[in-house]
Amino acid sequence: MKFGVVVFPGSNCDFDTVHALREVIGRPTEILWHKDHDLRGADCVVLPGGFSYGDYLRSGAIARFSPLMQEVREFAEKGGLVLGICNGFQVLLELGLLPGAMLRNKHLKFLCRFVTIRVENAGTRFTNAGRRGQVLRIPIAHFDGNYYADPATLEDIERNGQVVFRYCDPAGGLTEEANVNGSLHAIAGLTNQRGNVMGMMPHPERASEAILGSVDGRVVFESILQAVES
Amino acid sequence: MIDPKILSQHNLTPGEYDLIVRLVGREPNLTEIGIFSAMWSEHCSYKSSKIHLKKLPTGGKNVVQGPGENAGIIDIGDGQVVVFKIESHNHPSFIEPFQGAATGVGGILRDIFTMGARPIALLDSLRFGPLENPKNRSIMDGVVAGISAYGNAIGVPTVGGEVYFGEGYSLNPLVNVFCLGLADKDKIFYARTEDAGNAILYVGAKTGRDGIHGASMASQEFGEDTETKRPNVQVGDPFKEKLLLEACLEVMDRNLIVGIQDMGAAGLTCSTTEMPAKSGRGVEIDLDLVPQRESGMTPYEIMLSESQERMLIACKPERVKDVQAAFAKWDLDAVAIGRVTGDGKLRCSFKGEIVVDIPVSAVVDLCPMYKRPWRTAEAAPRPADSGRYPLPADLGGAFKKLLASPTIADKEWIYRQYDHMVLINTALLPGVGAAVLRIKGTSKGLAMTLDGNGLYTQLDPGAGGRIAVAEACRNLACVGARPVGVTNCLNFGNPEKPEVMGQFKEVVEGMSEACRTFEIAVTGGNVSFYNDTEGVSIYPTPVLGIVGLVDDTAKVVTPGFKAEGEAIILLGETRDELGATEYLKVVHRREEGAPPAIDLGREKSVQEACLEAIKSGLLRSAHDPSEGGLAVCAAECAFHGAAGIGFAIDLQGGLRPDVLLFGESQSRILVTARPEDTPKVLGLAKKHGVPAAVIGRTGGTNLRFSLEGRTLIDLPVAEARAHWMNAIPDYFRVAEETNA
Repeated sequence: MKFGVVVFPGSNCDFDTVHALREVIGRPTEILWHKDHDLRGADCVVLPGGFSYGDYLRSGAIARFSPLMQEVREFAEKGGLVLGICNGFQVLLELGLLPGAMLRNKHLKFLCRFVTIRVENAGTRFTNAGRRGQVLRIPIAHFDGNYYADPATLEDIERNGQVVFRYCDPAGGLTEEANVNGSLHAIAGLTNQRGNVMGMMPHPERASEAILGSVDGRVVFESILQAVES
Repeated sequence: MIDPKILSQHNLTPGEYDLIVRLVGREPNLTEIGIFSAMWSEHCSYKSSKIHLKKLPTGGKNVVQGPGENAGIIDIGDGQVVVFKIESHNHPSFIEPFQGAATGVGGILRDIFTMGARPIALLDSLRFGPLENPKNRSIMDGVVAGISAYGNAIGVPTVGGEVYFGEGYSLNPLVNVFCLGLADKDKIFYARTEDAGNAILYVGAKTGRDGIHGASMASQEFGEDTETKRPNVQVGDPFKEKLLLEACLEVMDRNLIVGIQDMGAAGLTCSTTEMPAKSGRGVEIDLDLVPQRESGMTPYEIMLSESQERMLIACKPERVKDVQAAFAKWDLDAVAIGRVTGDGKLRCSFKGEIVVDIPVSAVVDLCPMYKRPWRTAEAAPRPADSGRYPLPADLGGAFKKLLASPTIADKEWIYRQYDHMVLINTALLPGVGAAVLRIKGTSKGLAMTLDGNGLYTQLDPGAGGRIAVAEACRNLACVGARPVGVTNCLNFGNPEKPEVMGQFKEVVEGMSEACRTFEIAVTGGNVSFYNDTEGVSIYPTPVLGIVGLVDDTAKVVTPGFKAEGEAIILLGETRDELGATEYLKVVHRREEGAPPAIDLGREKSVQEACLEAIKSGLLRSAHDPSEGGLAVCAAECAFHGAAGIGFAIDLQGGLRPDVLLFGESQSRILVTARPEDTPKVLGLAKKHGVPAAVIGRTGGTNLRFSLEGRTLIDLPVAEARAHWMNAIPDYFRVAEETNA
């Protein structure tokens, strides 16, 4: 299979993601320039972390207007796999490919640290290499990761099993302290109803090599491989 | 007409003015005076410091570029170099903490990528006044947020640094930012125009009225009117800089340009004079073509603006279109504003008239150098100082006070606001000691650390200089890295005061001696004088940034204890020294005495022993005692180690217990080893002539210190850890409640 990583002006985890996909996961990975109209045959499109357009208006708010987003939307609507990490998650929310919105973290500070998240649904194409209840240690680095959705939407996504990851303590317990950014229902990652688009705030590319302190992030990439290649 | 008032506003002496008239060959106009004022400011010219800085060792086999360029360059083998530098942004950060610190980050990043290197690490050395004062909390909050906003957005990790608190920094915080970049040795760029006929391109953000006189502002004391200087502080745009970074690296990688310089201090003035001066050429530019953000700007304002995120590029005329296309891809303008000439002059036209016509070498090379009078203070009393202080009845209480002292306390509140992992090289998370990054595609790593204790330097400048270098190298040795190069940021008061100049001279001499001992070259840095507010100078604060090389990142040793039942070994020895310690400051409320003595030969042996033990795979952890002494060092090893492991340490010898626990004797490293490896570690120490002893064992859930079997301190790890972890956040919680 082949990955494609979108580069927006202000993306800064683009090459980290390319490194993880090419060097660690070992799959060809195209760099997709935001001004183009070509996904270059990617089987999975990744919107990476960073500060697209400086995030001056609202995180991800301008990136949704990039030319390439037209193709990404069509690709997603046809069932193609789209993964948004951190700022990429925010862009997917702004695009309307995922429900809800992001608020500032509850302590109103940027937060960079390892967190633990629990796999809530191991049946998705982004988590099938993991198991339900598994605790993953993966870093976050964001200012706006406090997930919000109105009560009806929350009920929908919970009922449909769209919540993929929740912030938890190292033992897998859901506590207020473990919900570091204050997200509703401690949501750290979710899919669309169809299950082909996922956004997550933690950075799996930062937890894919032992020297970086964790390899738990590989679960996400290996799940995608499994979904596409088998 | 240039009159004494204008000269004084421009910080130029009558003597300097006479020299300018001679060099230009006529009376200069106001714009030209502005240019000389900026370039001959202390900040740009080093006119007071150069005669002393010459004493620093700057050469070596691995030195590709020493002082005099935007940053220093060291060869690390395999066709790669590291490009690094530290710079201060103290004055702007006091006036406007957020933007002052943010643009400090932006400025040092440009210094690195202007040389063709991709920045991969930032570190910060910060000094604030005591946090009891809300003004100091507000400055710290703003500075940290500013660093965070800029570094995080541009995507360069802030991987380490250091923070000290002291009364002397209340009215004059220090913000020193270090950046390191990685480049291929054959792809380095310099600030040159090369041949006449080459095109001069202006790239990046538009020019506005912000930051006019920034360089001169950094070269004066602050008084009561400081607040009115806020408009002199620039505003940063990390998004613009990210685009500029990518576009610049792209035109360099494709070899489309011949030279490049960032427009930092003194802006267009600095780049349009330094670039041609280094190539023995001149430059002719049309100021009407300079992209401007505001209307009605005068030539004076255009030349002296310090608007951020701008660069000046020289390229062959036939390459202009290619360069412009590359910048257009990143939605940036690249405007041809002039050309390189053969006559050695900077000539600027504005609305059809020549408004500047001066020789570039006069501006860049002929600033008068000063041998300012200096006076050294009498040495502080050294011997038997410990006897002068009552021994605290409750050593555990003193220990908890130290753990909660902001200088010692956990800095996570700060570093979790920084993205310290982006670029996925961070092999050792921030928190204590040196930062370690892997170099992708190799087994090698880079270690970096910043160090400088202003109180030591205040009480003995020469020792302070030596210790700053020694301790930085020791931090590197603790992770298994050998030092390869040095940059420094020298923060001092007004150099026109003889006692400040005396401190400066002695610090530089101390640093120089230590650098020679460690055989490392100083490749550049920054001098920040005039850190005086309302006549009071800061503690003289040299901050050393030292870069080390790790041969094999798999062998890196970290400070945290790894397992129960391992031997705790002290390399080096504790002497009867309490002067200048954090203990005296926090527990006895005294900032006095002589700092600990340092024997550079002994220091080197201790580090060699540690390096060899790490290379042989004998050590499980290593950390050096600094502020707070052995007790705090051991506690930090527990806090950073595997969950909740405590220790029992039994101290020996005829010294007072507070000296043994909290003294800051130099040349010591606390290491752990598996019991079976302990004899090998002791043997290695002996081979290097280093005293070493097993002083305890890891294990249990308490931090326990005893003196010859008699308990001194016995505290649960969790309780001690809470004091250490909550100290800084608590100050800000109080602040939030008070505001609400």
